[in-house]
Amino acid sequence: MPFVCAGFPTAETTEQAIPALADAGAPIIEIGIPFSDPIADGPVIADAMHKALKSGITPARVFQIVKSVRRRTQAGLVAMVSDSIITRMGPERFISEAASAGFDGLIVPDIDLNAAAPLSGLARLHHLSFTLLIAPTTAPHRIGQIAGLCTGFIYLLARVGITGESDRLDIQDLKQRIDTIRRQTKLPIAVGFGVSRPQQAAQVATVADGVIVGSALVRRMGESPDPVRTAVDFVAQLSQKMDSAIAPA
Amino acid sequence: MPALQTLPDHSGRFGQFGGRYVPETFIGALDQLTEAYQRAIRDAGFQRELNDLLQNFVGRPTPLTQAPRLASHALSSQSGPKIFLKREDLAHTGAHKINNTVGQALLAVRMGKKRVIAETGAGQHGVATATAAAHFGLQCEIYMGAEDVRRQALNVYRMKLLGAKVNVVDAGSRTLKDATNEALRDWMGSVAHTHYIIGSVVGPHPFPMIVRDFQSVIGRECREQCLELFGALPDAIVACVGGGSNAAGIFHPFIGDQSAKLLGVEAGGRSSRPGDHAASLCWGSPGVLHGSLSYVLQDEFGQTADVHSCSAGLDYPGVGPEHSYWKDSGRVEYTSVTDQEALDAFRLTAELEGIIPALETAHAIAAAIKLAPSMSPAQNIVINLSGRGDKDVQEVMRLTASDAAPKH
Repeated sequence: MPFVCAGFPTAETTEQAIPALADAGAPIIEIGIPFSDPIADGPVIADAMHKALKSGITPARVFQIVKSVRRRTQAGLVAMVSDSIITRMGPERFISEAASAGFDGLIVPDIDLNAAAPLSGLARLHHLSFTLLIAPTTAPHRIGQIAGLCTGFIYLLARVGITGESDRLDIQDLKQRIDTIRRQTKLPIAVGFGVSRPQQAAQVATVADGVIVGSALVRRMGESPDPVRTAVDFVAQLSQKMDSAIAPA
Repeated sequence: MPALQTLPDHSGRFGQFGGRYVPETFIGALDQLTEAYQRAIRDAGFQRELNDLLQNFVGRPTPLTQAPRLASHALSSQSGPKIFLKREDLAHTGAHKINNTVGQALLAVRMGKKRVIAETGAGQHGVATATAAAHFGLQCEIYMGAEDVRRQALNVYRMKLLGAKVNVVDAGSRTLKDATNEALRDWMGSVAHTHYIIGSVVGPHPFPMIVRDFQSVIGRECREQCLELFGALPDAIVACVGGGSNAAGIFHPFIGDQSAKLLGVEAGGRSSRPGDHAASLCWGSPGVLHGSLSYVLQDEFGQTADVHSCSAGLDYPGVGPEHSYWKDSGRVEYTSVTDQEALDAFRLTAELEGIIPALETAHAIAAAIKLAPSMSPAQNIVINLSGRGDKDVQEVMRLTASDAAPKH
């Protein structure tokens, strides 16, 4: 599951990259809706969001992009969106516009769990999957509560800390945490935050149902003269490594 | 209105406001903090230690000083209320911020955390955090926007002298909002061994409650001092509001006293146009920023708006959730004054009372000057003199360079 920041480096790139990434082997694509104050994001994604906002990206424009790519791809399109945006636009309006644009689901990384039930219900009503985060610091009693509000899949943070590339990944610890969650839910579990290299993605793929790669992809797209080509190559590389890691021996 | 005094509820809400709009990673630390705080306030040992610090390290109680020359200026030749100043500028490090930082540092020690971080705007909270950290031997890092580092250079050097590392934040508007983002990002990765000493009544629950409670020493003292000095509660209390910690601290013990008018004063900046001010309660609307639902200055899609104030401590697009609740309930009235009115009050207070107030505080003074003529001679106004203005002298020199120099 690659993460792209909508509007970065340009709106056109995002529009071209989404179907191309699906063709390169991504069954689900996470589309970040830029927010001015993304506190969970490291420098790469925060900077991409600020640049996208400066170039005039709005949620309305992101919905247009999704509408236009929807006809060209069957991949699942999931919005990563701050609750600041949802609250301001109004949950009803946000969810119905997201659904009619062609989004299949949303991830809300910063909602108050006590206030998440109505939004989860609204998403269900509009046939959008609804995903919340589980962190390494999440107490066992909250796991069931979080999972109970999710539909589609659960987003498990690989580590504490903000999004960004990292060398360290404790796969044993991750496996244990996934086992704990699986005892409480049947939902698929996708892992993100700090997963950056094909080798790491392959390792995570052996224990999780999905792997989210964000900063590593956004950084490459930002540096490249041909961001779509670069993104496609990187995602193809990731899926190939993952496929061979999980292929039956 | 006793219900107002018992908030927040168990989920950290003041009515609809407050809550915990943060990534899941923080929740464990917020629960731990809530629990440590609940235990501490019931523990006589903690209270003793805190009171000892407030008395012998911070220098409390701070005086309540009458300001007769400021009052007669405000009233021209008519008769009117007396004006008193609650002298938080005389607390150690020169502002009310220290009341909160010694309390939270004490909590950090109790939680076994060896490192503290903080955001700062004007630098007063950074200095107060660095001071508390030095006192307790905690490692300390401060996040401060590049624009604020420029306009509050004195405080940057003070923090460094106190042994803190100052991280200059170059993102976004390069002010308090962005410093807060960076401090939160640090905490995302360091929660296990680091306590985040938030400087105002903002952020996710339990911060708005904890900071308010530690700052309420201002209002409790003020209440006793008023009864002693003029045998009655004040008829009006005026305080500036950025995030709102000094205002919450002086207002909260008076919330149940309907006879006391409570007036919060926001930064009106250059004008009421978006981007020209930082008056979230006056001109904003409910939204989510930095972990809580509160009045905020945002565009139609929830993106945080640009804000402006001559005062770094008020230059913030959000405000504490309890203030939002007090506004909607009608218990507290909120107004704003412009940069120019604040600068005038800054100079007036220096010339008439021999006190150089912080630019933040000057906003409250300006509003009190406007309020005074509508009140009677038997009445009393208290202004929370939240901090001293030494840190602002250079910036005021720069801002008023084109005006006439001081008169003498």
